[in-house]
Amino acid sequence: MTEQTTDTPAAAPQYVEGERITGAQALIRSLEMEGVDTMFGYPGGCILPAYDPMLDSPIRHVLVRHEQGAGHMAEGYAHVTGRPGVAMVTSGPAATNLVTPLMDAFMDSIPMVAITGQVPTAAIGSDAFQECDTVGITRSCTKHNELVMTSQGLPMAIRQAFHIATTGRPGPTLVDVPKDVLVSEMEWYWPTDEEVLASLPGYRPNMKGHPRMIKEAAKLILDSERPVIYAGGGILKARAAEALARLVELTGIHVVTTLMARGAFPDDHELNLGMPGMHGNATAVTAMQRADLLVALGSRFDDRITGKVDAFAPQAKVIHVDIDPAEQGKVRKPDVPIVGDARLVIEEIIDEIKSLRAAGVTQADTRAWKSKVSGWQEQFPMTYQQSQPGAALKPQYCIEQLRDLAPDKTIVASGVGQHQMFASQYWHFNDPYTWVNSGGLGTMGFSIPAAIGAKAAMPDRTVWAIDGDGCFQMTAQELVTATLEGLPIKVALLNNSYLGMVRQWQEMFYDERYSSVFLDSAALPDFVMMAESMGCAAIRVESPEEVGPAIEKANSINDRPVVVEFRTEAAEGVFPMVPAGASNDDVILHPTQQDRKGGLA
Amino acid sequence: MSRVRDYGTNTYPQNGFNHHILSVLVQNRPGVLARVSGLFARRGYNIFSLAVAPAEQEGMSRITIVVDLDSAPLEQITKQLFKLIDVIKISELDPAQSVERELMIATVKANGALRVELQTLTQIFEGKILAVSEDNLTLSIEGHPDKLDDFEELLDSHGIVELQRTGRVALPKLDRSSRLRVAN
Repeated sequence: MTEQTTDTPAAAPQYVEGERITGAQALIRSLEMEGVDTMFGYPGGCILPAYDPMLDSPIRHVLVRHEQGAGHMAEGYAHVTGRPGVAMVTSGPAATNLVTPLMDAFMDSIPMVAITGQVPTAAIGSDAFQECDTVGITRSCTKHNELVMTSQGLPMAIRQAFHIATTGRPGPTLVDVPKDVLVSEMEWYWPTDEEVLASLPGYRPNMKGHPRMIKEAAKLILDSERPVIYAGGGILKARAAEALARLVELTGIHVVTTLMARGAFPDDHELNLGMPGMHGNATAVTAMQRADLLVALGSRFDDRITGKVDAFAPQAKVIHVDIDPAEQGKVRKPDVPIVGDARLVIEEIIDEIKSLRAAGVTQADTRAWKSKVSGWQEQFPMTYQQSQPGAALKPQYCIEQLRDLAPDKTIVASGVGQHQMFASQYWHFNDPYTWVNSGGLGTMGFSIPAAIGAKAAMPDRTVWAIDGDGCFQMTAQELVTATLEGLPIKVALLNNSYLGMVRQWQEMFYDERYSSVFLDSAALPDFVMMAESMGCAAIRVESPEEVGPAIEKANSINDRPVVVEFRTEAAEGVFPMVPAGASNDDVILHPTQQDRKGGLA
Repeated sequence: MSRVRDYGTNTYPQNGFNHHILSVLVQNRPGVLARVSGLFARRGYNIFSLAVAPAEQEGMSRITIVVDLDSAPLEQITKQLFKLIDVIKISELDPAQSVERELMIATVKANGALRVELQTLTQIFEGKILAVSEDNLTLSIEGHPDKLDDFEELLDSHGIVELQRTGRVALPKLDRSSRLRVAN
């Protein structure tokens, strides 16, 4: 398992207090002081003054091709480092283009700081050129946002934005800076930690768990005969993967890792049941349904996990650990609510279990449960049928080959749809921070820019973007950014000519009436030509025996991005599947297993 | 008018809707009301009334919100509100344990004999006559919102020209121990 701490940024530079500089210089200095080494952006009218001092700054600015790309790159950067990703764009249309990544980061609790230009203070409210109400528009898709009205206020606004983005439940913040605030002068200062805290009297995230609740949680864990740890993205945000591993070793409890928590606990560990939820594997879904205790750690009972809430895990007591008090009882009323940082709380629970054991308390017998769970695992593994000779490739096969040929600690970013589910199901995630995806918002087009952001943060790692033909066409222009900025990501494009997931729903729930899902992407565009035109190496793969060699070739190219287009089977469905709104008990297994479903009882 | 009430005390029967009062102390900064109302709109919580004014501490405002508990559980509403960075403190005021007040001003038709009747009514409700014209009277009344409801109902039968209510404000009732604390 890799390091558990956030990579520490470079030492902050030294600047003289009281020096008269412009707001623009103060802005860039503030970013340096916050340890920013890379930012993603696109200049324009109102943010123009900030791009001048950038020329003298050690911060690397990655020039994107669309502002949405800047936002997703910042997210990808944050996903793999734990440090806030920074995106800077101008006012009006640039700010509105950031809305999707901001909402994406908000849903998935990604620390991110956005800086937007704004029209001069005197013009605000006058419908000036490229004016929009950025703080108004982004109010419900940021953890906090602020319009800065004076140059002198810039350092504090930036400090607050970073503090809020990275503490408590992480999330995106936005600082809106009018052009005249960038141009006019201020006296440089850097607020102290105390000043930042004093300026935010309403913001004090709770970190440590309540001792009485910790005690109850420990007792419940030792008492339960069918316990399951339901690990969510909060494990990764809290750098708690190592603590989780210790808790599992101590108690021998099974773990399910949600879509946002893939990699938080090694897939190769015998106690990892894999992903639960709508497309989770049969054992993970059923183990939660039959459990007598769910230990929810940094997970939020999303509808994609619970299915029909009233029918979800009906016999389970719930310990819910979350740093966000509003998650307690939002969906499922917990028996033991614990508000706090996942890592600290897990460590506290471990200590409590140890002292209970030292006092002679024994753990309930879980052997019958474990043999039941391993029975399910044997009977209902993830499965698919290999393609017939001459037929299109199976997407699962392509992902298995990618996985088996990937260098150690390869980072995988995905778009949204069938390819995302196949990637999560078939990759073996054994290290935290190797899976970058859009879970809550489900943003198509996420993978390419997110992969570029991850590559900018971790240039020595192999970064594969697993994408679909729908997603690819939403953000592919960022491959130009990747080529020109020297960020050689690799794209596995699973091209089935369809919006595969929507097609699957139309097949299953709309009597195979296919409406507006055929993209015809075997005909147009020519992805190989398209990729080559953006400076990438490109390979098209149509038969199974070409898959491995093409991947090996892609892995060997490191001087430019690579796009490998796999022509895949359109009729392939993602299984298992819990239909939207149905109970997890009504999970539909792979067609080859469905007739044996009684075995899950 | 079928209801008979004793307006001398603070105990009123509940008027049917399941409500609760939140007294929210916020940093008085641009956009804070938009943040609060935006949160309610986004999460589908219903606001019955809203009153905002500067609080006793400098730089702070107090927002008194009457929320409809049929739209969401109180606990979720307060927890989501508390996530707003500008929200400093939230006091949940159970209507049975708080003092509620609202102000209403109304212009009503008051011709001839009606004028005397309205004058008497206003006296009974401890209201005031603020302005008089040939045809109309403008009245004001302050009190518990239910008292205002009753007054409004009576005025309605005379013909309301215009009416404006403020939205309620509330503070917790002083219990015996807090009365003693004040005394000390």
